[in-house]
Amino acid sequence: MIDVVPPALVLVAGALLTGLTRGMVRSGVVLLAPLVALYFVWQVPDGVAVTMQFLGYTIEPVEGSPLRRLFATAFTFMAFAGALFSFRQAKWYELAAAHLYAAGAVGVSFAGDLITLFLYWELMAIFSTVVVWCGEGPRARAAGIRYAVIHLLGGVILKVGIEGMVVHTGSIEIQAIPLDNFDAWMMLIGVLINVAAYPISAWLADAYPASTPTGSVFLSAFTTKTAILALILLFPGTGVLIPIGLVMIFYGIIYALLENDIRRILAYSIVNQVGFMVCAVGIGTELAINGAAAHAFAHIIYKALLFMSAGVVIYRTGHNLASDLGGLYRTMPITTICGIIGALSISSFPLTSGFTTKTMISEAAQNEHLVLVYFLLAAASAGVFLHAGIKFPWLAFFQKDSGLRPKDAPWNMTAAMILMSAACIALGVFPQPLYALLPYPVEYEPYKAAKVVFYLQLLLFSGLAFFLLLPWMQRTRTVALDVDWLWRRVLPVAWNAGARLNTRVRRWLAVKVGRLSRDGSRRLANALAPWGFIGRSWQIGTTALWVALMLTTYVVIYYL
Amino acid sequence: MKQPHRGDWLSQPATIRRLWIVFTAVLALTIALQLLFPADAHFVVDGWLGFGAIFGFGVCVLMVFAAKVLGWVIKRPDDYYDD
Repeated sequence: MIDVVPPALVLVAGALLTGLTRGMVRSGVVLLAPLVALYFVWQVPDGVAVTMQFLGYTIEPVEGSPLRRLFATAFTFMAFAGALFSFRQAKWYELAAAHLYAAGAVGVSFAGDLITLFLYWELMAIFSTVVVWCGEGPRARAAGIRYAVIHLLGGVILKVGIEGMVVHTGSIEIQAIPLDNFDAWMMLIGVLINVAAYPISAWLADAYPASTPTGSVFLSAFTTKTAILALILLFPGTGVLIPIGLVMIFYGIIYALLENDIRRILAYSIVNQVGFMVCAVGIGTELAINGAAAHAFAHIIYKALLFMSAGVVIYRTGHNLASDLGGLYRTMPITTICGIIGALSISSFPLTSGFTTKTMISEAAQNEHLVLVYFLLAAASAGVFLHAGIKFPWLAFFQKDSGLRPKDAPWNMTAAMILMSAACIALGVFPQPLYALLPYPVEYEPYKAAKVVFYLQLLLFSGLAFFLLLPWMQRTRTVALDVDWLWRRVLPVAWNAGARLNTRVRRWLAVKVGRLSRDGSRRLANALAPWGFIGRSWQIGTTALWVALMLTTYVVIYYL
Repeated sequence: MKQPHRGDWLSQPATIRRLWIVFTAVLALTIALQLLFPADAHFVVDGWLGFGAIFGFGVCVLMVFAAKVLGWVIKRPDDYYDD
């Protein structure tokens, strides 16, 4: 029987009430639903808390563990901060969709079996698409369709894997799966599509920046991080994840360096940051898994903060291209400072949440003597400072004077940004409460003098490189082609060419077949006519000869 | 459209020159600090003085260069996908 309240259902109820209420009550529902859900997240005990019968299977919709609670905490907290940021600006249906999307993420966090996981997974896919569609104009509509296609396809691949697993092992348990059969590979690929692993990664930078300034705050948090949780639960220590993660890391950096749209810069840096976590899951030691979980927690907060500051800029100025922005620090000091705190956190600057979490992953690589991985992660840390840590705030708030003098953020957006900034610094200065929530016991000391010195050198000299190379990084009004070029450009061109060829072939065939059939029917009519080859009267002898021939053929075939 | 603003002091050449001086001093300080707290090297090179500085600077130059080269190939006008 149910003796705990599934936290995901609280958010679903909140979303439904959002549609039924108006005005102040609606605002109250939007803000309270995540907090009530957060309360119930902490009421979920360890182990399976709810079991049900579904399609003949015993499913476990709610199963608790420290790791699951950690992710669910981050998701519900994020849903609250996102609601605070947007409840006065966003449309009600965007808020309702965002809460349903968060419900999916929380549901996946506590899913005790693969069927439950899949159902919540699809809930996320549907309502994240709705959030993308809340964006303005044809760009959001088209990007939303592309996003939905990719995620429904990913869902199908995941489902093929899950069904194979059920058929072949009879188990719907969520447990570590060895990567030695087709089903496991399908599940891994399905999850990796939601992680935004290269080459199926372009959907993220395509869809998130097409949403509203408030929608992208929600979008930044849930999909990729639930997929990280799924990787930790299903594929810990799977070696192939290390190279996959490293490719994501550098792909994110290089594309972010080429980008002009400030939210696309941040979107590519999601791929980059999630790459660190994928890599950590691949390393798979206790320290690495702790690092992946802690980093996911910190990342949800600072990434949302970065999208909030970018959202305020777009909301106030209407511009999303770096080449149109600049000099906003004059009139938007709070947004600037919060943006810088987010940028320092993502760069794992000492005293921010990035430093106390991401360095766990580097140390895990060091402990396993993965020399190349360690140095690539260090290089990537420098690259993060380059593409997000300095580039984002520099382009949005400083660089040239664009002449724009927008007002600073509305009060609720300010409150949300300050809340997230405070969380970034709190986790950076006092990481112990977060460490206590991690899945494995932590014996990790983030602030060793030598390590702090190393990171300061690494980051500050990256900063030097940025300012010296600025002339090389002039913003241009361009897009950088990504893998989605294949289905946004090559596929339509090939399709049209195919359609043209098809028309031409059919026209040619029609002419030829028409002529053939006209000729054929005339000949057949001739043959059947009283004077024709078949229709005329044959002599008895000829007929007998034909019958004998047919019988002989039959006998020969019979004995063969 | 442009009006003088009290925040403009930050973009004055004098301020920027001063910021560069402070920044350079901080950079030097981070290297000097390594003398006080020597790195516990795991892979030999990371024990060298100023390794983090050289490594950080070097990889950033490399990445900007790589992005530049890649940009020549894959950059398109930003209305590329608009039909």
